[in-house]
Amino acid sequence: MERLFFLIFASVAVVSALCVVLFRNPVRSALALMLCLLQVACVFVLLRSPFLAVVQVFVYVGAVMVLFLFVVMILDIRQAELEAFFPPRNRWLMYAIIPVITFEFLLVILGTSFEGFGPGAGGETKVEVIGRALFTEYLLPFEVVSVLLLVAMVGAIVMAKKRWD
Amino acid sequence: MIFGLRDVMAVIPEAIVAGAACLLLLVDFLIAKKRKIIVAALSIAAVAAAAFFSLYLVGTDVMWKKVFAGMFVVDGFSTFFKFVLYLATVLSMMLSFHYVKEEDINTGEYYTLMLFSLSGMMIAASASDLLSIYVAVELMSIPVYVLVGFLQKDARSNEAAMKYVILGAFSSGVLLYGISFIYGITGTTELSAVAGALADPSMHTPALSIAIIMLVAGFGFKIAGVPFHMWAPDAYEGAPTPITGFMSAGPKAAACAAVLRVFTEGLQPAYSRWVVIVAIVAVLSLVYGNIVAIAQKNIKRMLAYSSIGHVGYALLGLVAGGTEGASSVMYYMAVYAFMNLGAFSIIIMMRKGEQKGEMIEDYTGLAKTRGGMALLMLIFMFSLAGLPPTAGFIGKFYIFMALIHKGMVGLAVIAVLMSAVGAYFYIRIVMLMYMKDPVNPVETASSRGLYYALAIAAAGTILLGVYPGYFIKLAQMAGGSL
Repeated sequence: MERLFFLIFASVAVVSALCVVLFRNPVRSALALMLCLLQVACVFVLLRSPFLAVVQVFVYVGAVMVLFLFVVMILDIRQAELEAFFPPRNRWLMYAIIPVITFEFLLVILGTSFEGFGPGAGGETKVEVIGRALFTEYLLPFEVVSVLLLVAMVGAIVMAKKRWD
Repeated sequence: MIFGLRDVMAVIPEAIVAGAACLLLLVDFLIAKKRKIIVAALSIAAVAAAAFFSLYLVGTDVMWKKVFAGMFVVDGFSTFFKFVLYLATVLSMMLSFHYVKEEDINTGEYYTLMLFSLSGMMIAASASDLLSIYVAVELMSIPVYVLVGFLQKDARSNEAAMKYVILGAFSSGVLLYGISFIYGITGTTELSAVAGALADPSMHTPALSIAIIMLVAGFGFKIAGVPFHMWAPDAYEGAPTPITGFMSAGPKAAACAAVLRVFTEGLQPAYSRWVVIVAIVAVLSLVYGNIVAIAQKNIKRMLAYSSIGHVGYALLGLVAGGTEGASSVMYYMAVYAFMNLGAFSIIIMMRKGEQKGEMIEDYTGLAKTRGGMALLMLIFMFSLAGLPPTAGFIGKFYIFMALIHKGMVGLAVIAVLMSAVGAYFYIRIVMLMYMKDPVNPVETASSRGLYYALAIAAAGTILLGVYPGYFIKLAQMAGGSL
């Protein structure tokens, strides 16, 4: 049963991810990305990480995607302008590279036994456990990230502020 | 898990730099636009305090032990790199005093962002876990993206920042994907535990190769090795010149430190798997960087390609491996910081009023009008080309010796050939300065910061070349801790 659900979520995620790239209208792409992220959240539930799934929905689907849509709508990116960034001469190169990479990844997936991949089943993923890990084992990266976010904010202000008359 | 005094002690230098940057963001409001040099002076004081504590930690029992649950370590290796980073940051700040006034970008954020980047670089040099390395590399890069785009009026600067941030974000994704593969295979991100897990040959699956390729690609972007270099020439050309110098000496050295630690500590059991990939990137960087540099007309662009070539030499040190390989890279990074920032300070000196001073032809006949400046440029160019008795020669020689001791004579021959090619475009500038008559009158900037920076850079370039023994011993002692 779980396998069936995984297959449904995973295939919808892959198809919607493809749609993100293939749709010509940026708003549709953004909506497809939203669908893709929701499916990934479902996969997190299957992996017994409800907290991660909720965060995924809140942060990505809720906040980030809304921001995406706002930017797309405010900037009014027209198709013709977008196409200027995708010159057709590179497209054939892309078509040539895709099968090579696909073949490589198939080789890797078939050649690797995924037995014991990851930290192993049975690990608790309750919010308390995550919180404790963040403030013990991962305290240093956690603090570094807090500085990083401050820097990103300062940087955004510096870039956006007009400094000359 | 409870953290003690030792954990806190170990990160004091980083905390000083990051804390000072946070404070200076506030202090900046109290300082009038004309006096922003006070922010710069306070920043330099903060770096000096951090350097003092780094030196203080050398003798204490905080050294050599992993702290923060295996995330961070203060060892000889990281301390050596931190001093290179302090040097690069302070020199770049001194180069900026004059330049920011000339370009009208005299703001406090300019210096605080450099401090933030320095704190990221220091953590990258000390981090002993893939996770902390990743966040540190991000903390080091994000301020630099902003600094590259600091010249708002200049379209080149905006374009450079845009390209750099997009490719940087992409490369971070690749790096993180590689790290997630390592975590998947070994079940840990702590480097010594990764090495322990990889000691089991059954772990060497095709997935490990994919992880290694992703790590090489992700780090390759950060250090601008071919074929992951495409952002470098535009970013170097568009950025404010002191930032170009800063990028090529600071973040590059810190990323090299992270690469050295990841590959020689964490992935050492898989040496035979990554050595070929790293060697290919090294040789491609050497060949491409040195050959394309010949065709450049803009000196900042030329130095960008030359820095791609120099990454090739550094990666060859990694390929050689062992204490000798690691210490040769460390020595080279120290040398590179001196000589490259020296060359950039001459370029900044040429920037005055309407004169951009970025074209190579601007240097024609400089020896006739500005003898001292031309002589200093000659020293830096000879050092970058690797001619004795300058530091660049010893740095290259040491890397070649490390390669030959490991029996990799073929790679050493390619490297020597490419440094001969490289000598052409460095010495072309010397020829232009000394053998031709001046065409246009040149104006040069005079600033105390520039003079001090030039003096330090020139002294370092000569001292490390004439009297390398002590510093090589220092690098060997520090490199032995990997």
